[in-house]
Amino acid sequence: MEKQDYLELYHQMVLIRRLEETAADLYQKGDIGGFLHLYIGQEAVSTGILAARQEQDRVITAYRDHGVALNAGIPVNLIMAELLGKSTGVSKGRGGSMHMADVSKNFWGGHAIVGAHIPIAAGMALADKMEKRDGVTICMFGEGATNIGYFHEGVNLAKAWELPVLWVCENNHYGMGTPPSKASAVSEIIQKACGYGMPAYDVDGMDVLAVKNMIADRLAEIRQGSGPQFLEVLTYRFRGHSMGDPERYRTKEEVKKFIENGPIDRFHKFLTEQKIASEKELTEIQKKADKQIEEAVKFAEESPEPADETLFDNIYVEDLEGGA
Amino acid sequence: MAVITMREAISQALWEEMERDPKVFIMGEEVGVWGGTYAVTKGFLDHFGAERVRDTPIAEAAIVGSAIGAAMAGMRPVAELMTMNFAFSAMDHIVNQAAKIHYMFGGQMKVPLVIRAPGGGGRQLAATHSQTPDAIFAHFPGLKVVAPGTPEDAKGLLKAAIRSDDPILYIENATVYQQRGEVPDGDYTTPIGKSKVQREGKDVTLVTYSKMVPYSMKAADELAKEGIEVEIVDLRSLRPLDMDPVIESFKHTNRAVIAEEGWKSFGVGAEVTTRIYEEAFDYIDAPIRRVAQKEVPLPYNRHLEQLALPQVEDIINAVKEVMK
Repeated sequence: MEKQDYLELYHQMVLIRRLEETAADLYQKGDIGGFLHLYIGQEAVSTGILAARQEQDRVITAYRDHGVALNAGIPVNLIMAELLGKSTGVSKGRGGSMHMADVSKNFWGGHAIVGAHIPIAAGMALADKMEKRDGVTICMFGEGATNIGYFHEGVNLAKAWELPVLWVCENNHYGMGTPPSKASAVSEIIQKACGYGMPAYDVDGMDVLAVKNMIADRLAEIRQGSGPQFLEVLTYRFRGHSMGDPERYRTKEEVKKFIENGPIDRFHKFLTEQKIASEKELTEIQKKADKQIEEAVKFAEESPEPADETLFDNIYVEDLEGGA
Repeated sequence: MAVITMREAISQALWEEMERDPKVFIMGEEVGVWGGTYAVTKGFLDHFGAERVRDTPIAEAAIVGSAIGAAMAGMRPVAELMTMNFAFSAMDHIVNQAAKIHYMFGGQMKVPLVIRAPGGGGRQLAATHSQTPDAIFAHFPGLKVVAPGTPEDAKGLLKAAIRSDDPILYIENATVYQQRGEVPDGDYTTPIGKSKVQREGKDVTLVTYSKMVPYSMKAADELAKEGIEVEIVDLRSLRPLDMDPVIESFKHTNRAVIAEEGWKSFGVGAEVTTRIYEEAFDYIDAPIRRVAQKEVPLPYNRHLEQLALPQVEDIINAVKEVMK
């Protein structure tokens, strides 16, 4: 890795953090509606994953998707505009926080029904296999999703058909407020992969370089025909499940412990200690991120609302006379 | 013009489309080695091979979910559900994924998917395997729902559905696979979202679709002997619902009966009746009657099952009612 690559990883993580902090403020002001699930604490996961993927590799995730969207290459202006429901948003204001996607970046969303995108990911990998393309589908989901039927049907099919999928379980310790010890037959999620005959790995999701290296290795093996693999990424969200979370299920001490060892602080320390970057350079990156977010908010606020006459646009590809 | 069965019509349409476009493939339970539980795909495996004639696990969410993913990734899958009753196991993927993805991501993604599903009662399969839940699926904008009543439309609608870029639920009825009818020679399609007058008459408008089309034809033959001329409008598509031929017919008959196999409550008849009231109130000369299944889970016993299902006699009686 060149110095610039390290700095880029740092920049991405800081940009996600600033995006999410600003989104929280805008939500409190009432500018963002619906549900808002913040990625604060989990920045290293998608930053590491997307840094290792090649452009032919599809990425699909669940509803905690802002960070993935940003790392997939969607401009932060378009993400902010989507949060504000504007016509310039990446999903034209139709999807909101939970449904961001950009097919041109091979990022397929942003799916809000827990686990439902897991069989969909298998199908994308099936298409790539049938068409003899060498892309791998990277499918991300939370540990809570491993308890729903779609997970089991999807991973079973992918293994039965030896599809090129990398299943990435982002284990942030709670499905909303319920930990695996209460909701899952096995508390170590990685054990679930064994039942489906897949090679299974885990990695420290607070270490962006470890994630990146792990993903690169997994993708290389799958590309060479290993069949699907499973990766559990151990991480933690610093904020509530969504903005309306009373957080009765965990202690402040527990949260504090994770924050003290957070992914951005850890990487910051690594970069300075290894003399890869100076404090001054990292401060510059933080300032750059602040400015980008400031501009994104301006862009989003100044963007037009979707016009009334576009309400029925895109219900179908083949438009119908007289609506749906 | 050749005379063929519904089963042959469906099979021919699928075969011809798979010959025409290498991206078309069929997947489902027992579609391959077995040849389809209703023999629709008999001979397909030998001709097209296992890549394109894919036997799946008994896992409907995986079948429909992965078909959605393959469709999003550029293939044109036809997913066969062994029966319509199993669609409930894939309900989220049909109504919450396939029907939403194009709209929710601002038109970026297409889901050119056909889900084939035979439904209907009358084969002593008892309550869980005998349903006609067509109206439920017609409730959702974003999904198209077609249900042919003749071999000609069965072939033409399946070809049109496979060529469409939208997700389409193609409803078959297992009790009329042997129904015979003329089909045009050569390649043709039947337009989706277009109702059709299947028989002309001046006295009563009989609105129907699917299995109730041949039933209505029989009823019309009987009624003709008594001097009552019935005009049969076959909806063919439930969504989009084309009311124009219904309203046009009603404006000269001023009387209507709606015949469907599903339950009456919240059904197709309820929708069509309401639209007649909304669009042609001034033309109503008699209360509109609905013929439908009695409000009971279908029993196993042959006699009781037939008692619960709508019969030709019920249609005849309803027509006579509105002629009073």
